Amino acid sequence: MNFELTEEQEMIRDAARDFAQRELLPGVIERDENATYPTEQVKRLGELGFLGMLVDVEYDGGGMDAVSYVLAMEEISKVDASVSVIMSVNNSLVCWGVQKYGSEAQKQEFLKPMARGDKIGAFLLSEPEAGSDATSQRTTAVDMGDHYLINGIKNWITSGGTASTYLLIAHTHPEKKHHGINAFLIDSKLDGITIGPHENKMGMRASDTHSVMFNNVKVPKENRLGEDGQGFTIAMKSLEGGRIGIASQALGIASGAYELALKYAQERKTFGKEIFKHQAIAFKLADMAVEIEAARFFCLKAAWLKDQGKPYGQASAMAKLYAAETAMKVTTEAVQIHGGNGYVKEYHVERLMREAKLTQIYEGTSEIQKIVISRGLLA
Amino acid sequence: MSVIAFAKNWEGKFKKSTYELVSYAKDLASRLNTQTLILSIGEVDESELNKLAQYGADKIISVDDSRLNILSSRIYAEVISQVVNKEGASYVILSDNNSGKAISPRLSVKLKAGLAAAVLDVPKSLDPFIIKKRVFSGKAFAYVQIDSEKKILTLSKNSFGIVENPAVLNIERFTPELADDIFKIKVNSVEKADDKMILADADIVVSAGRGMKAAENWQPVEDLSSVLGAATACSRPVSDDGWRGHEEHVGQTGKVIAPNLYFAIGISGAIQHVAGINRSKCIVAINTDPEAPIFSIADYGVVGDAMTVLPKLTEIIRSGE
Amino acid sequence: MKILVCISNVPDTTTKVKLTDDNKQIDNAGVQWIINPWDELALTRAIELKEDSSNTIDEVCVVNVGLNQSDATLRKALAIGADKAIRIDAEPLDAYFVAGQIAAYVKENPFDIVLSGIESSDYNGSSVGGMLSEFMDCPAISSMTKLDVENENIIIHRAIPGGKQILELKPPFIGIVQKGITNEPRIPAMRGIMMARKKPLEVVAAVELDSLSHIVEFELPKAKASCQMIAADQLEELVHLLKSEAKVL
Ligand SMILES: Cc1cc2nc3c(=O)[nH]c(=O)nc-3n(C[C@H](O)[C@H](O)[C@H](O)COP(=O)(O)OP(=O)(O)OC[C@H]3O[C@@H](n4cnc5c(N)ncnc54)[C@H](O)[C@@H]3O)c2cc1C
Ligand SMILES: Cc1cc2nc3c(=O)[nH]c(=O)nc-3n(C[C@H](O)[C@H](O)[C@H](O)COP(=O)(O)OP(=O)(O)OC[C@H]3O[C@@H](n4cnc5c(N)ncnc54)[C@H](O)[C@@H]3O)c2cc1C
Repeated sequence: MNFELTEEQEMIRDAARDFAQRELLPGVIERDENATYPTEQVKRLGELGFLGMLVDVEYDGGGMDAVSYVLAMEEISKVDASVSVIMSVNNSLVCWGVQKYGSEAQKQEFLKPMARGDKIGAFLLSEPEAGSDATSQRTTAVDMGDHYLINGIKNWITSGGTASTYLLIAHTHPEKKHHGINAFLIDSKLDGITIGPHENKMGMRASDTHSVMFNNVKVPKENRLGEDGQGFTIAMKSLEGGRIGIASQALGIASGAYELALKYAQERKTFGKEIFKHQAIAFKLADMAVEIEAARFFCLKAAWLKDQGKPYGQASAMAKLYAAETAMKVTTEAVQIHGGNGYVKEYHVERLMREAKLTQIYEGTSEIQKIVISRGLLA
Repeated sequence: MSVIAFAKNWEGKFKKSTYELVSYAKDLASRLNTQTLILSIGEVDESELNKLAQYGADKIISVDDSRLNILSSRIYAEVISQVVNKEGASYVILSDNNSGKAISPRLSVKLKAGLAAAVLDVPKSLDPFIIKKRVFSGKAFAYVQIDSEKKILTLSKNSFGIVENPAVLNIERFTPELADDIFKIKVNSVEKADDKMILADADIVVSAGRGMKAAENWQPVEDLSSVLGAATACSRPVSDDGWRGHEEHVGQTGKVIAPNLYFAIGISGAIQHVAGINRSKCIVAINTDPEAPIFSIADYGVVGDAMTVLPKLTEIIRSGE
Repeated sequence: MKILVCISNVPDTTTKVKLTDDNKQIDNAGVQWIINPWDELALTRAIELKEDSSNTIDEVCVVNVGLNQSDATLRKALAIGADKAIRIDAEPLDAYFVAGQIAAYVKENPFDIVLSGIESSDYNGSSVGGMLSEFMDCPAISSMTKLDVENENIIIHRAIPGGKQILELKPPFIGIVQKGITNEPRIPAMRGIMMARKKPLEVVAAVELDSLSHIVEFELPKAKASCQMIAADQLEELVHLLKSEAKVL
């Protein structure tokens, strides 16, 4: 057992913190309110190497470990979860899948530009009828001999409007159930792809979430990722790692709200003393601190298992569940501690509360995590 | 053994900080039972030098070479060290301003004399020589012992005060030996900064709130600010009402600032306002209401009407310059 | 041309300063160490100059006088973009000692431009750069707010009371930088952090040199007192207190 971070991990955490405080904090409220995509900020994220930090160096990534990734995600999410979700999807859903299952040619063509942050990746799994129940894929990829023909609709796609590369999940052999599902790497500019309007969301409003429609889209054979029928495994394995990213995002949202609340409680006075000196408030903060620390341990443990090459699916589901629930609880209390100020945008905590809600929903709802975890108990 | 203070002039004139420096040097020399020597470099009138004698200079050494009207730390350090060696002085004292900060390190190496920068007080002990200075940007103080035989101090402003100690004017001229190639940096041009202070960078901020009652009443605020070389700021409702521009609004939803000195005038001290200013080093509140929350975070408070307090305060500061 | 940037390793500026029980030392437990903020600006500017191919800066090195607790800070400088780090292995006793050690190194390994920060947020004040220039017998430009290289000429802006001077000179020289020299200190990128693993961090032995001073004791400022009220007809008193007690006027 060793709870020490390495010098390099600390450096990455500090770099992420400096970036978040200096370059994300200014304007975060306006970007959220106006649902403005953080173009400049995402470009900087790429320049600093955060968008491909987990990708191997030979494919232009940062070659960093998952523990560093947790640390960076936490710092960035403290300030702007709209930016960190773009980072998470690119790193742990799209790049990871290509690096793990892609051919050398696919890595050269798709992975390298995404790892450098020159291009952004999106992960297209969810459909109107396939959210929690991801096996119910209706999007089809029919084998036409020299190409696949794609038809269908994908919902709720993070970076749907800005991404250049789609990692798409679709059915090729519906009769084989989930063994008939395939994954594809697709250029988002192909003929037949149309992008729906930017969803008007409750939180993470600056990230662009869209429906994406496929009408007779021709995809070259060599763009299939992995073996024929391996698509569902690829999606599920990607989500295992993706959950570490979203768990760390939830952790960051919680710790960001907690830090603001702790500071506020020492400044605000009522009945002649700082509200921190009212036990009801002090105990809230104590509970928040404990739960955040526990969530952090969950995240780091899952990341550590991944870095050690050990199975981490169960650990990442636990981390995602616990961190998301913690984020919701902690941000709600942070608003409470801020009183009326907490209910206006300038104090950040109401935004963090809206952001927290999403961490309980995407990449597997909290209920679905419990299904995953409980199945794991018998495995 | 003597004490030498370097009296810098600004276009031939001395400032109050110079008088304080001489007063300090005199005090140190008395403790050491030795002479107080003052060194002036550049062209300065005798009447101006005579002012220095009023604070206890036993001898004023004047190097009135017009080539030295322009300050160069390299040349000044050379001149000072020649004087120190000639006089056999043991203590050199400079003001802790830009020129003192630039000259003293060079002098330290030339004379192999330990330097205590930005000292705050008279020595705590003379043998060993121990003196107090600020460290960690003011978050702590250190007592520094200087171990070398010669010692250099730079004195923080306002740490000793001005003490009159009239002495007979005794001027001695000195011509240093300077190689010509020492004058070699080329100054291409000099530009004046515009006078408007930028709020974020300002050392002093004069800020006013709804207590000023109307936009027309801002003149006293401007006056105080200009005599202090300060930037102006305001509370949010003031900028919301258009009395002042939004760039002046400080607080949670405005700019967050941390000046050395913040004046809160007619500002109640709401938590949202305080969030933007509570890292100020020193806060002065002026308010008619003795119960205003601003007094609970201020260092100094005046209960009174801003419209009468401000002009008086401005006048006192102006006359004290 | 080669640039050397002096780096001091200081506690994070947000750190609360604590003392050991005997007040003889700063309590370093839990302190986060960083590159002195002004040195970080100097380093950032040096790297910008190197990246701009219109001039001929071939190498940017950083130097620190300190024990191995400085290594993490030096590696951060490498991650930000310095090519090589040198640590002169000795306790930084006082500014004279630090400057003397760096001077000894630079005499053996010449640089065209040596940069230091105008202030160090710990003890050494603004002295190291000035002392170094005297040890090296070369010009020092203090309060530098802009640094450009045009062929063999160096163009510098220097802040002076009420404005700025624009200077031109030829290397070698010592530049003492202040805010304005660049916009923001550079954040190390993943690639830089990764490359820092392979860059040299050379530890060199200190030369024989006495320090001229040492700290015998520390003291913390008194806790903030409650607001001192001054009567509205005693404003002279307020001005006096601001000058002599708070020392802010
Ligand atoms: C902003 C945003 C961004 C997104 N980004 C992406 C993306 O980039 N790529 C992508 O593919 N998807 C994305 N999603 C989709 C997201 O992953 C799904 O919304 C999520 O998986 C839930 O699916 P659903 O909306 O269909 O809800 P449903 O599956 O309809 O669930 C409704 C409710 O029923 C519960 N429930 C469902 N099944 C069970 C069960 N068996 N037992 C108990 N309870 C159950 C759920 O927990 C939930 O409470 C995004 C969603 C949002 C809102
Ligand atoms: C979400 C939110 C965010 C906010 N953000 C900010 C912010 O960023 N910055 C900010 O400043 N405010 C902010 N506010 C407003 C804040 O709550 C206060 O309302 C505001 O700071 C009060 O401004 P004031 O002190 O100028 O006015 P008042 O509270 O009206 O105080 C005026 C003061 O002047 C005194 N006074 C009256 N006459 C005189 C006189 N002749 N001489 C001297 N004193 C006199 C009175 O005693 C009183 O103390 C925010 C509010 C909310 C809800």
